[in-house]
Amino acid sequence: MLLSTQAGRAPASGYVPQPGYDDPVAGAQSAFRAALHALAHPGTPVRTAPPRGVPPGLSPAMTALLLTLADADTPLWLPPGTDRATLGYLRFHCASPMADDPAEARFVAVPAGAAPPPLAACRQGEPAYPDRSATLLLEVQSLTAGRAVTLRGPGIAARAPLAAAGLPGDFWRQWRDNHGRFPLGVDVLLTCGDQLCGLPRTTLVEE
Amino acid sequence: MKQQAADAAPGQAARAAWMRVLALASPAELDRACAGLGALPAHRWLRRPETGMAMVRARSGGDGGRFNLGEMTLTRCTVALEDGPVGVAYVQGRDARHAEQAALLDGLLQLPAWHERVREGVIAPLARAREERLSRQSAQDAATRVEFFTMVRGE
Repeated sequence: MLLSTQAGRAPASGYVPQPGYDDPVAGAQSAFRAALHALAHPGTPVRTAPPRGVPPGLSPAMTALLLTLADADTPLWLPPGTDRATLGYLRFHCASPMADDPAEARFVAVPAGAAPPPLAACRQGEPAYPDRSATLLLEVQSLTAGRAVTLRGPGIAARAPLAAAGLPGDFWRQWRDNHGRFPLGVDVLLTCGDQLCGLPRTTLVEE
Repeated sequence: MKQQAADAAPGQAARAAWMRVLALASPAELDRACAGLGALPAHRWLRRPETGMAMVRARSGGDGGRFNLGEMTLTRCTVALEDGPVGVAYVQGRDARHAEQAALLDGLLQLPAWHERVREGVIAPLARAREERLSRQSAQDAATRVEFFTMVRGE
């Protein structure tokens, strides 16, 4: 593990961040496994073990993903107006630089109640390196109680239903455009409570 | 970075000084000094001791271009005391207990109720012990010192 001493220092006085995982290595490994499983089985909700401390405004699943995936090499974008305590928590545990523009971020985290940036405004990768794209973590109200769509594509035997509630109105139109940019484009992980659900750019949607 | 440090609170230099003493103390001395403190206030670990690598950077001649000198092993730890302050330690090597104790003492030193007690009971003796160790070492080294010189060849 490479420790970053530049960022990740204790916050200035005023507030104290929550602890992250009790066992950072085992915790991150189990959340990473959950994220892999979710991206390998698009549309299937996967449960993650929540970290001990969850900052205000973030769900346990989103916190787990950020603790696991974000680090000093991955600029992170959060919507303007995010709680200072949440930013302090992420700075302390992940040491990620905060991007002002979603186009510069490797991870775009959108907690409940905030509007995500358009998918096209995030990093799409480069033709030689499609992996240099952004991954969006979007909090939704529910993974089962929304308007149902049907997913097709790699990782899905025939068709898989997904009924996420709380996505922006034109999300699925944006998603079709995102799929059309393949091999470029963004990947999405929907989170809800302690569950997450993968939407890799290979997934096709039928409404 | 330098500018940021200068702009920070005036207490920063004092804190940096005691963090340095704690990080450079020998684990055995630190253990003994901690044992004399008695019951500590309640605390919770924000980051348990974790060992990793950090890149040490330097400037040639102190003011040249910055270059990577090499990586060192270090252990870091962060603790939050019940009364508010956050104690931090970055310690060379892999001694988790050293990092824990240094972080706890850094937190205690930020508490007015504990500051004097820890400064006199722990920091001062540790700083003295280090100074003695260094002067003993340099006395030993001085005893075996060899002066190299070259006679100017007469032409």
